[in-house]
Amino acid sequence: MFESIGKLIEKAGWPRIIIALFLLSLFAIAPFVNISIGTSISDTIVRFAMNSVLVLSLVPMVQSGCGLNFGMQLGVIAGLIGAVTSIELGVTGFAGFLTAIGIAIPFAAILGFFYGLLLNRVKGDEMVVATYVGFSSVAFMSMMWLLLPYKSPNMIWGYGGSGLRTTISVEGYWLGVLNNFLSVRIGNFFLPTGTILFFALIALLVWSFFKTKLGTAMTAAGSNPVYAKAAGVNVDRMRILSVVISTIIAAVGILVYEQSFGFIQLYMAPLLMAFPAVAALLLGGASVSKASMGNVIIGAFLFQGILTMTPSVMNNLIKSDMSEVIRIIVSNGMIVYALTRKMKVRK
Amino acid sequence: MDEKQYLLRMENISKDFFGNQVLKDVTIRVGKGEIIGLVGENGAGKSTLMNILFGLSVIHETGGFQGRIFLEDNEVNFASPFEAIEAGIGMVHQEFILIPGFTATENILLNRESTNYNILVEVFGERLRTLDREEMHKRAVKAIEKLGVQLDPDMLVSEMPVGHRQFTEIAREMDRQSTKLLVLDEPTAVLTESEANTMLKAARKLADSGLSIIFITHRLSEVLEIADRLVVLRDGQVVRELESSKTTPREVASLMVGREIKDAISVRSNDSEESEIVLDIKDLWVDMPGEQVNGVNLQVHKGEILGIGGLAGQGKLGIANGVMGLFPAEGEVHYKGEILPLNNPVSVLSKGIAFVSEDRRGVGLLLDEPIDLNIVFTAIQIQGRFIKNFLGGLVKWRDEKEISRVAREYVDSLQIKCVSEKQEAKELSGGNQQKVCLAKAFVLEPDLLFVSEPTRGIDVGAKSVVLETLRRQNREHGTTIIMTSSELEELRSICDRIAIVNEGKIFGILPPTADPADFGLLMLGEQEEVKSGV
Repeated sequence: MFESIGKLIEKAGWPRIIIALFLLSLFAIAPFVNISIGTSISDTIVRFAMNSVLVLSLVPMVQSGCGLNFGMQLGVIAGLIGAVTSIELGVTGFAGFLTAIGIAIPFAAILGFFYGLLLNRVKGDEMVVATYVGFSSVAFMSMMWLLLPYKSPNMIWGYGGSGLRTTISVEGYWLGVLNNFLSVRIGNFFLPTGTILFFALIALLVWSFFKTKLGTAMTAAGSNPVYAKAAGVNVDRMRILSVVISTIIAAVGILVYEQSFGFIQLYMAPLLMAFPAVAALLLGGASVSKASMGNVIIGAFLFQGILTMTPSVMNNLIKSDMSEVIRIIVSNGMIVYALTRKMKVRK
Repeated sequence: MDEKQYLLRMENISKDFFGNQVLKDVTIRVGKGEIIGLVGENGAGKSTLMNILFGLSVIHETGGFQGRIFLEDNEVNFASPFEAIEAGIGMVHQEFILIPGFTATENILLNRESTNYNILVEVFGERLRTLDREEMHKRAVKAIEKLGVQLDPDMLVSEMPVGHRQFTEIAREMDRQSTKLLVLDEPTAVLTESEANTMLKAARKLADSGLSIIFITHRLSEVLEIADRLVVLRDGQVVRELESSKTTPREVASLMVGREIKDAISVRSNDSEESEIVLDIKDLWVDMPGEQVNGVNLQVHKGEILGIGGLAGQGKLGIANGVMGLFPAEGEVHYKGEILPLNNPVSVLSKGIAFVSEDRRGVGLLLDEPIDLNIVFTAIQIQGRFIKNFLGGLVKWRDEKEISRVAREYVDSLQIKCVSEKQEAKELSGGNQQKVCLAKAFVLEPDLLFVSEPTRGIDVGAKSVVLETLRRQNREHGTTIIMTSSELEELRSICDRIAIVNEGKIFGILPPTADPADFGLLMLGEQEEVKSGV
């Protein structure tokens, strides 16, 4: 009995158990400070679902040895281009969402390819270089959002008549197309079934990919590039492919995020998009060179759970609006924790 | 010689690294003005002995050593190389430790410069004294004169030929007035023949002026020419001390390698000489750092086990790595009559040639992955095996069941000690990891198998399993095996023919029954001394 518990703990890892216990205690305190349990749980689940695909997008690059994709913004930008273009075209509902994905994917594939070429030239320093690729692409697109000839009055600045707004509502287009699909609502508890199913579908595709010959070669390229080369695998090509896949999933991920969030955020908003996703994945038990679907699910849930619960519980405890400050402290604190943990694994 | 005259005595030195005895009861004495040649195979204990003399931290950290060291009849035990230098022992390394952008003078006098007073010293201290260039030049010239060589003191090290760099290193030791004993570790390894001659003359001159020298080298003729006495080390023991005037290269070589073979050599009624040539290597050059191959010609017969031996760094490992396309290679390789494209691992592997790398953990294994994936990975990628179709061929997944089954088969037949075939490779011991590497090669069902250093760093039990497995693979499946190893005994116990590599070339091919001395002579590049047919 004790032995099996010990094994379970060893398998899950102490950090995850401690964080899970902390999250559980937050849920336990919630009713005493007038926070509805139903709302808290459904908030957590909604946030988990909307972020999960972004977290998942990190996995291929981790597996191929390109490290954590701190340049996720590149994929996010491709997604944003898809989003604004689909609104410009005026396609609504699920068709609009699919149009956005359809437009985003080729952009993501092209950007990902060149991003992959770049990362192959900086082996060993991928994560640092990726961070700056992400930052500079966001800065570049800040100019482009102003210059691109989008015309839809729902998206451009009211004065001047040109340039995209910082925040664009997707209401009336594809707000909640996934969230509301087969959704369950009991009182103030809401289950975004469609988004969860969509995540499950993509996760299944990724998982299945890593069971194929190609996926196995990619894993080997990440695990030991020299071994892979000796077995006749073109390591550089595997790495580029993984970057393309990661970038495409990130593009889809941001669209999933937006249909739930309700807004397309342009300009500097994607700047720090990579950090929470990376933190969630590491929190889920992944290392810089190995990540599984389990890591994604556990990590996204714990990270988003803490991020949802801590501010609201603390707010009600100390009776003043500190939510934003606490959110920043908690999320960055967890990133620091997760990254220091990464160092240990790296050793 | 009577006791008093010895400058250095190292008495009954023993040293083990975690139970692995590398030096056993070694005693050497160096007289004043005497040159001692220290010879032995790789791993005979030469470097460890010198590390002990210099008090390197690696010795202290691994539990020190037994025995006593006397310098001019005072017992010494240096805690660090600085103390050894202080006491008058100088070391010239194989790799130069010089600053390329400085002149010879500056390098020779580094940190011991002659200086003049200036006013800044009052404020900032002694470190800010001005250099006395004239005096430095004089001192450098004096040090160079002691050596008796031509060396421009004002030349930048980066512009010097290698030989002059070597002289700069030695001159640096000469400037130290206290230097009484000089250790030269393979000083001629990187020199041309004329440079080496000058170098040897300089060493002789130094010895005549009263300096004692310990000379470590692989070049036998050199050491016989210059040394007064030779100390031959083998397996951590002094086998013999010889007067260099009363010996021959042949005797030294046989002392170095020559232990009698205990196992009966597997002499086969062998007709492989007449059988067809399966692999024909012509003028192969491989750019593998530290194991450069410079134009190897080699023919491998079908069904034989060919051994490739030689000292470390001479290029024996480069041959397999070059043919397999892991390091940039040039030349012409024919396999079964067809040209084998170089620098292309896929085409080599798909022709049925497999490779067990000498770098087990670096090249041979996916340490973070389970044993079974390690074994079948190459077969999946190259031969498309272990793939199962789902949904009518739409989805092709790894056939986990079949992979596990095959892995279990090899776990049993090679006696791989593990919890299950799903255990990660990094958790296995060296010997078991090696067996996984072998299984990985066997599962490809190769016609030709390269095996490099198959028993390096594994225990005796695993060693015999590995060798027995190779022999069985050769007999039962007819696999032609090319085995590269540093251990001559191992090669002699299993191979049909043994090629010896020196300086990136094949120096000779001998039958395993040949005189050990001949192997030794070939390893040391003394081709003309070899008696039996090369």
